[in-house]
Amino acid sequence: MSRITRDDVAHVATLARLELDPERIETFTSQLAAILEHAEDVEALDLAGVPPTSHPYELVNVLRPDEVGATLPNEEALAAAPQAESGRFRVPTILGEAP
Amino acid sequence: MSATDAGSADTAVRIAAAVRAGERSALDVLEGHLARIDSAEADVHAFNLVTIDSARAAARAIDERVAAGEDPGPLAGVPIALKDNLCTRGVATTCSSRILEGWVPPYDATVVERVWASGAVPVGKTNLDEFAMGSSTENSAFGVTRNPHDLTKVAGGSSGGSAAAVAAGFSPIALGSDTGGSIRQPAALCGVVGVKPTYGLVSRYGLIAFASSLDQVGPFATTVADAALLLEAIAGHDPADATSIPQEAPRLLERLDEGVQGLRVGIVSELMGDGIHPDVLARVREAAEALAAAGATVEEVSVPAVTYGLSAYYLIAPAEASSNLARFDGVRYGLRVDGATTQEMMVNTRTAGFGDEVKRRIMLGTYALSAGYYDAFYGQAQKVRTLICRDLDAAYERFDVLLSPTSPTTAFDVGAIHDPLTMYLNDICTIPTNLAGHPAASVPFGTGADGLPVGVQVLAPALGEIPMFRAAAVLEAAAPAKGAHP
Amino acid sequence: MTDSAPADARIPTDSLGNPITVPDSDDITVVEAPDGSRWELVCGLEVHAELATATKMFSGAPNNFGDEPNTNVDPVTLGLPGTLPVVNQHAVELAIRFGCAVGGPQSVRRSVFSRKNYFYPDMPKNFQISQYDQPIVVDGSLELPSGHVVGIERAHLEEDTGKSTHVGGAGRITGADHSLVDYNRAGVPLLEIVSRPHVRSTDQARQYVSELRSILVACGISDGKMEEGSLRVDANVSVRREGSAEIRTRCEIKNLNSLRSLGRAIEHEATRQAALHAAGEKVTQETRHWDEAQGVTGTMRSKEEADDYRYFPEPDLVPVDPSPEWIAEVAAALPVLPAARRARLAAATGEARTAESVVVIVDRGQDDQALLALAAASGAAARPDAADGSEVDASVVEAATAAPTGAKARVLVHIAQNLAAAGGADLAPERLAELVLLEVGGELTATQAKQVLAELVADPTATAAGVAKAKGFEAMDTGALEAAVDAVIAGNPTEWEQFRAGDPKVRGKLTGFFIGQVMKATKGQADGKAATALLTQRAADG
Repeated sequence: MSRITRDDVAHVATLARLELDPERIETFTSQLAAILEHAEDVEALDLAGVPPTSHPYELVNVLRPDEVGATLPNEEALAAAPQAESGRFRVPTILGEAP
Repeated sequence: MSATDAGSADTAVRIAAAVRAGERSALDVLEGHLARIDSAEADVHAFNLVTIDSARAAARAIDERVAAGEDPGPLAGVPIALKDNLCTRGVATTCSSRILEGWVPPYDATVVERVWASGAVPVGKTNLDEFAMGSSTENSAFGVTRNPHDLTKVAGGSSGGSAAAVAAGFSPIALGSDTGGSIRQPAALCGVVGVKPTYGLVSRYGLIAFASSLDQVGPFATTVADAALLLEAIAGHDPADATSIPQEAPRLLERLDEGVQGLRVGIVSELMGDGIHPDVLARVREAAEALAAAGATVEEVSVPAVTYGLSAYYLIAPAEASSNLARFDGVRYGLRVDGATTQEMMVNTRTAGFGDEVKRRIMLGTYALSAGYYDAFYGQAQKVRTLICRDLDAAYERFDVLLSPTSPTTAFDVGAIHDPLTMYLNDICTIPTNLAGHPAASVPFGTGADGLPVGVQVLAPALGEIPMFRAAAVLEAAAPAKGAHP
Repeated sequence: MTDSAPADARIPTDSLGNPITVPDSDDITVVEAPDGSRWELVCGLEVHAELATATKMFSGAPNNFGDEPNTNVDPVTLGLPGTLPVVNQHAVELAIRFGCAVGGPQSVRRSVFSRKNYFYPDMPKNFQISQYDQPIVVDGSLELPSGHVVGIERAHLEEDTGKSTHVGGAGRITGADHSLVDYNRAGVPLLEIVSRPHVRSTDQARQYVSELRSILVACGISDGKMEEGSLRVDANVSVRREGSAEIRTRCEIKNLNSLRSLGRAIEHEATRQAALHAAGEKVTQETRHWDEAQGVTGTMRSKEEADDYRYFPEPDLVPVDPSPEWIAEVAAALPVLPAARRARLAAATGEARTAESVVVIVDRGQDDQALLALAAASGAAARPDAADGSEVDASVVEAATAAPTGAKARVLVHIAQNLAAAGGADLAPERLAELVLLEVGGELTATQAKQVLAELVADPTATAAGVAKAKGFEAMDTGALEAAVDAVIAGNPTEWEQFRAGDPKVRGKLTGFFIGQVMKATKGQADGKAATALLTQRAADG
């Protein structure tokens, strides 16, 4: 695996909605590279045929009945909103439709 | 310089029994603890918030119920500290992050509901590494928590505030959360008992997620019995958590005194070598001897895949965290730093609201999940997880419990570790159980040459809490000097 | 998660790694590029259906359209820190129903929820919980009324997003001053149904959505209201040279909120792509937005992360693996679906499944009425529950098949054409049967029957015989009909000679003339068929 580059770090920051100044990008690049280097032992393992474990305790079909439960009153739903208007959460202009 | 509570042997078991019997007032008990908070909290900084008024009201209510002939429950009148990543209705919950500063949840976490229902008296919200990401409670937006045994040392982390609160006698018990060792490591460093239960035994509903497939809420206490008492109160199925195991809480207290006669104990070879301080290794060997002396059979066992634990963990946990922490965007709650567009506002908010370690892990996790890297990183790490489970399962065919150090060292100096990877190495012994979803407990067992507490870790298979607690109780009884009360 | 992707990337594959196939059809939309080259349509459709549950996909907040903003929300809906999702059992059951309906029990699979990560203010967690590489339904198909079969690649469960309204800038997203977000819709259960690229014409696209809607509504899976956004359609459009077998780059067209815009948008997009291909330019794989007012598709603001959703298995949820017993139970309770109902009605009446009357009657849900009427007309014992509109069973179909051929044609005509005009879609089958039997027996003409039918609809207590009598539509007895026919023959000797000569073409023409005269003479009371038979008999008699 090639080392993580500054461009990778800048791209990932964009994906994660973080802004990093050039100096921070530099620091993060070397720190992430060190961590990923440590992970090379895992990367190098031949694990073809080994199933992934995404849940430590295997359960299946955990379902809830389709019954209406308690809701938050509108004021409570908006209580923590940085900005609200007409019963809705207010945000600045949105750029572009949802993907 | 020390702030440990040397005078008190006030355990939760004793307090609850006395309060339920009407022999002690919950309010008196509380005031004793508040007095200790008052005298030492400024040095320790275990809490983000002490809820004095609501605690007094709760204690009075307990006393009234007892006076009215009611039983307030198994934790009647026991002060408890809650890690500040557990949602508390009407009480600010911050995760020690600027991004949640001032947020007041409109609901209680299931464990908080259960603590209230058991008659406990919550005294405050404890400090943590921001979003539980860290091993020293230095990564808090609201200041460092210090080790009550030596205020120049860290308390460990991420539940450093809860561990310190119990070690300092601010409350006999506390709740923490453990994703890669965040209960056990600070318990070891602060000389208290800390337990990470089987994944799914305790509800995660209302625990602000770090890494969902690894997080588990668990108890801190000064004694193994208190830890068992608290775990019994919070464990058991919760329909609001789809990963909650559909069975009742185990009855632990009544099994504590069964001893370890015939119990098969394995010492994990891979966790007894490089990187572990000789003092710590010596205490673990002594602990093994103590178990053997009590009738257990003790052998070394190899669990090869645990050596990959750290690498797998530092791919899986940040990946899940990067997704879990996406919701902090300034739209619905918490911090907002304005911008010309919603997109800019989100970037400004997250950039200002998250600390460096959180950003680092979000970056690492985003990278591990991103196009082209999923198979090499996240996918591969989930397979390694399978290997660790297999190797541990194989070990548990021959052993009932396993033994290892909890932390490679005793508490280190505040500010000593700057390099993230070096900090991550603190979790090398605790991580494998999180990956496997197994329970593990850290029990104080003597001190290092520096006089600071050492913790020994007892590991057990899924739902193996009973043998784990039995072994822990024997270790507690055999411990050379009470770590929590030097 | 890309484990299932085949090693040979040269073969285009679908989202589950299966090779893409495009079927031929006798109905293919072909567009012409400016250079005169001809390009045929290859299209797949993604339909998002909001499920008819009481609560949301992952919490107990109500699933209800049109309520005050941010009232159908709870901590889970708002994605508050610490909250966890739990899967709605009924949503799973509705997905199983759909699987059984389009692919049978074997198309319902063990499924796993994943997180689709992207930032957008209408998404409370900034990820959407959706099934990704292990959807609950795979490999179904849907037969259109035309007989064309569209494969269904998959259907998966996911949660809907909230809704933004834009303040200033005429309510559009561009130029707005700020936006307001309502999370009532956030978390509403969706079934995303992905077809294979088997839609070859704009008409098939409309038929597919319409047929899918019928199935969803018939099975109680969704209310299917496109106008409320319960059914939302995206189209994956590509074109290829007429007659070729290429698979070319596709574009996804969003915001197709009516059957009309669906057809228009697909045709427009195909034409756009054909022009690019013909000019040697590249079609970029992208998501495009249909602008109904302008009648064009436009590129959506390209987002850097648009194709990097960082999917991974949702750690807060466990797999959904419906047991064979559960699936069988759901399958057994399924209603008969439109395609099968068309087949059943067609078989019982001797019509083609694609016959317009058959398609129309099933589309309107009146096939039970038709079959029950025919069963009654066959003389089979009336079913006690027949009048309450209960489902027909095999015995009804059998009886209907035994009804007189003439009755079958008349029932289809009445239901497909006359009843709707009279506003009598719910006319009791027995009353319709009585009317049709009078017609078949020659006691009412087609014209008279139509008038009687209107009366039956208007007056629920009226009987066909009673109305016929009241209107003076008494059946002519054979003697009176013979007299009328003979009088017309006598009055038109020239025509009669030509008729007798026997040239089939001439005779065919003149039959119309003579019957018209007989009808005129009898004021429409004569039975056309009986009169025709008499004419033929007289001619043979010489």
